[in-house]
Amino acid sequence: MKSSVPEIGRSLRRADGPSKVTGREKYAADHYGEGLLWAGVRRAGIPHGRILSVDTAEAADLPGVVAVLTGGDVPGTNRQGIVHKDQPVLCREKVRHCGDAVALVLAGDRETLAKALSLVRVRMEPLPGVFGIDDALAPGAPLVHEEWSGGNVLLRATIRNGEAEQALEACPVVVEGTFEVPPQAHAFLETENGVAWQEEDGTVVLVVSTQAPFRDKWEVSHALGLPWDRIRVVGPVLGGGFGGKDGATVQCLLALAALHAGGRRVKMWWDREESFLAGYKRHGARLHYRLGAREDGTLHALRCRLFYDTGAYAHLGGEVMALGMEHAGGPYRIPHTLIEGWCVYTNHPVAGAMRGFGVAQVSFAAERMMDLLAEKLGMDPLELRKKNALRQGDRNCAGVTLTASTGILECLERIGTHPLWVDREKWKSQAGPFKKRGVGLAAVWNAMGYGRGLPDSALAKIELTPEGRLRLYSGVSDMGQGNATAFVQIAGHLLSQEDETIELIQPDTARTLPSGSSAAGRTTYTYGNALIPACEELRRRIVGRAALMLLVDTLDDLELLPGRVRHPASGREVPLSVLAATMTEHERVCISQFLMPVVREVPGTGKEFRIGFPHLFFAHAAHLARIEVDELTGTIEVKDWLAATEAGRVLNPQGFEQQVQGAVAQGIGYGTLEEVKLREGRILTPDFAAYILPGSLDVPEIISLVEEVEEPTGPYGMKGVGEVGANGPLPAIANALADGCGISMTRAPLTAEGVLEALRRKRTPGAGETS
Amino acid sequence: MIIGFTLNGKKTTVDTRPDRRVVDVLREDFGLTGVKEGCGTGECGACTVLVDGEPRLGCLMLAVQMEGRDLVTIEGLAPEGGLHPLQEAFLECGAVQCGFCTPGMVLAGSALLKRKVSPGRAEIREAISGHLCRCTGYQKIVDAVETAAARGGKKEKTE
Repeated sequence: MKSSVPEIGRSLRRADGPSKVTGREKYAADHYGEGLLWAGVRRAGIPHGRILSVDTAEAADLPGVVAVLTGGDVPGTNRQGIVHKDQPVLCREKVRHCGDAVALVLAGDRETLAKALSLVRVRMEPLPGVFGIDDALAPGAPLVHEEWSGGNVLLRATIRNGEAEQALEACPVVVEGTFEVPPQAHAFLETENGVAWQEEDGTVVLVVSTQAPFRDKWEVSHALGLPWDRIRVVGPVLGGGFGGKDGATVQCLLALAALHAGGRRVKMWWDREESFLAGYKRHGARLHYRLGAREDGTLHALRCRLFYDTGAYAHLGGEVMALGMEHAGGPYRIPHTLIEGWCVYTNHPVAGAMRGFGVAQVSFAAERMMDLLAEKLGMDPLELRKKNALRQGDRNCAGVTLTASTGILECLERIGTHPLWVDREKWKSQAGPFKKRGVGLAAVWNAMGYGRGLPDSALAKIELTPEGRLRLYSGVSDMGQGNATAFVQIAGHLLSQEDETIELIQPDTARTLPSGSSAAGRTTYTYGNALIPACEELRRRIVGRAALMLLVDTLDDLELLPGRVRHPASGREVPLSVLAATMTEHERVCISQFLMPVVREVPGTGKEFRIGFPHLFFAHAAHLARIEVDELTGTIEVKDWLAATEAGRVLNPQGFEQQVQGAVAQGIGYGTLEEVKLREGRILTPDFAAYILPGSLDVPEIISLVEEVEEPTGPYGMKGVGEVGANGPLPAIANALADGCGISMTRAPLTAEGVLEALRRKRTPGAGETS
Repeated sequence: MIIGFTLNGKKTTVDTRPDRRVVDVLREDFGLTGVKEGCGTGECGACTVLVDGEPRLGCLMLAVQMEGRDLVTIEGLAPEGGLHPLQEAFLECGAVQCGFCTPGMVLAGSALLKRKVSPGRAEIREAISGHLCRCTGYQKIVDAVETAAARGGKKEKTE
């Protein structure tokens, strides 16, 4: 794969590959500077308490300390939050989780900073805490936000279609269950960080590891009362994000620090423990399900109650739950649904966006329900899924008629013909002594885009530089998923230039244009759709100028080639460098906007969702897990993985496979290892010694099958593929466990201890529910 | 104190406190920000450097321990402007996503390939098992090491 004119549908080497593989790439964390100051945060350390006093004198007197700031020093509203502005930059009256920020210190070096942080004297009166969903909803529970009208309930919502309760009564076969999933940490390797400074004209510049540089501007402006046009956010490539850098982490703190740094650069870089303590998490949740079917296996009614623990602040809690509710029924036709949701405040770490945004949680419950139903009906679990799989034109569980591409049935059919599925009984029978083998399926989906109520827009900008090269201005962060490479692929393809000659500008609010957040599987779809017309226009201008220069009468007679335009009939050429030099900036720059289409026929339910409901587009996947369980230790070894994925057409097969494999690995972590353990609001898993991520020995070889179903609105027919793969592993492994060992686990992750306990209960006659 | 060592093929000295972490000295004093920090507690492998050819963790090593040693960071693995065959293979196999684990993975993989001409996939997984990657699921990293090994082997045969 040498530099070449990219083709759509063919693998292209990552645009950021060479700089990353040689260590030259500059992430936010790699920015330092002369006279650098270090900023750090004194955190609450208790889950709920009233601040009585913050004594900064001793810390401020320490030589080398530049400033010690508290809530009273925050200009502006001192409030951050994407939808609800309920999160202080620095707490004034009370703290609501252990990671809440109480004081901000600036010092000349890290040692002084650490010492000064320990010298800030914070006196707090502990308050009774809210340590989970039941606590939050208990009558007379302590309030996390006294001023919030809903008590501890951030959002209560209902999706209702048909008459689920009556329909369930009429179902000959009904299964039910309650499932629990813990918070998960994003655990990106580059922890939250940035560098900031104030320029002479007052502009505050932030170089920050962020998924949403343009929204960050609004956050900082609102929280600190700074004029919007006096804030510049530069967003280099990220060392991972997965949703955890979608929203304010260091931004407002750093901007505040910059206001007190006298023009010097200030760096804040959370260490791993601080990232666990103060960073966002995937929502822990409890899910109650009842699913009913007819005797032939046709799904008829679903009733579920979903509880999401959003922690101390709203962040995207309501929107995460909305997506969970929208996907609660899985990718199936269910005529009668009643889906209720409660998103509650607690004194837990703040939960927010994470790959599979609300959907990873419900996928566990929905897909266990399907296997339990298959068992009860005596049906093959694959056949049950195929029988009920959504097709284009069907109504989904949220009552939305699917008008866009819908490929779940195709994915299931691919799984069904694969040897890993076909030969499963033979494979299972070959398990060694004290081993049990099981095979499990999961059918999953994930919406793309923001959904109704929040325009999903991108503004693409492409330039022919005066030197005759392409410069692409990306307004949407690349956190590692490779969207920037897709942009290079599209631009190179449309403008016939080699990929390595294209200069890529990463998001910078002063240079690139607002294109939304790197989230919701939307980046390539939305920005790509904006980029295509911009490139087509630039192509017309380049060829048009060449026509003038070569005295050719029609544009059709000219060929745009790498570095030049050619008139094949005469063999004459004009280099782009010569051509570009004759054009003004207005001619050399093309900009275009795209707005993602939304659902037109909005169902008359889910009215509580102000934004983010419903969605028009979904990616789909069917996963197959083959596992081996050690009956003596309870350890699950994931032996084989098959993922059949439909996300429209594929632009870059290698990039597509990267997303599938990475999502499966994260999902295996969620399924078998990962849990942010909490006791009374305190994190018991503060580092990678206690919070176990899947390593190279935990993730099997993953076979990725691509099921292409054209999405006509997508750039070259594509949809976003980043999230859907994260939703399959937990349910597929849980189903494999049930298949192999006959145990029905209802609490994730499926740890060795949990499996062993479930096996023990199964052996003990009269034992109760497994957990 | 003044510490003398070889860094990416050049003899050098640094005047620093002996108890600073190597990851900080390399990043802050030498600008070698290809040495990443992911955890600071020796769990993730992102800060890996080669010390006398062996992968070592820059977050668990103190400046004084560099004295007299030969250190190679990702910036010095290949000659200026060139690529190590394993770096080539990482690009070709799509082993890079966010790239934050990449320097450590490449250095660990290069050390493995020095030890062993054609390691199997299980051996490769074992060799990188001290390195966390949150993006790739490891498979394409294994592919890359395997590809580079196959090429190395071929080269040896023709020589």
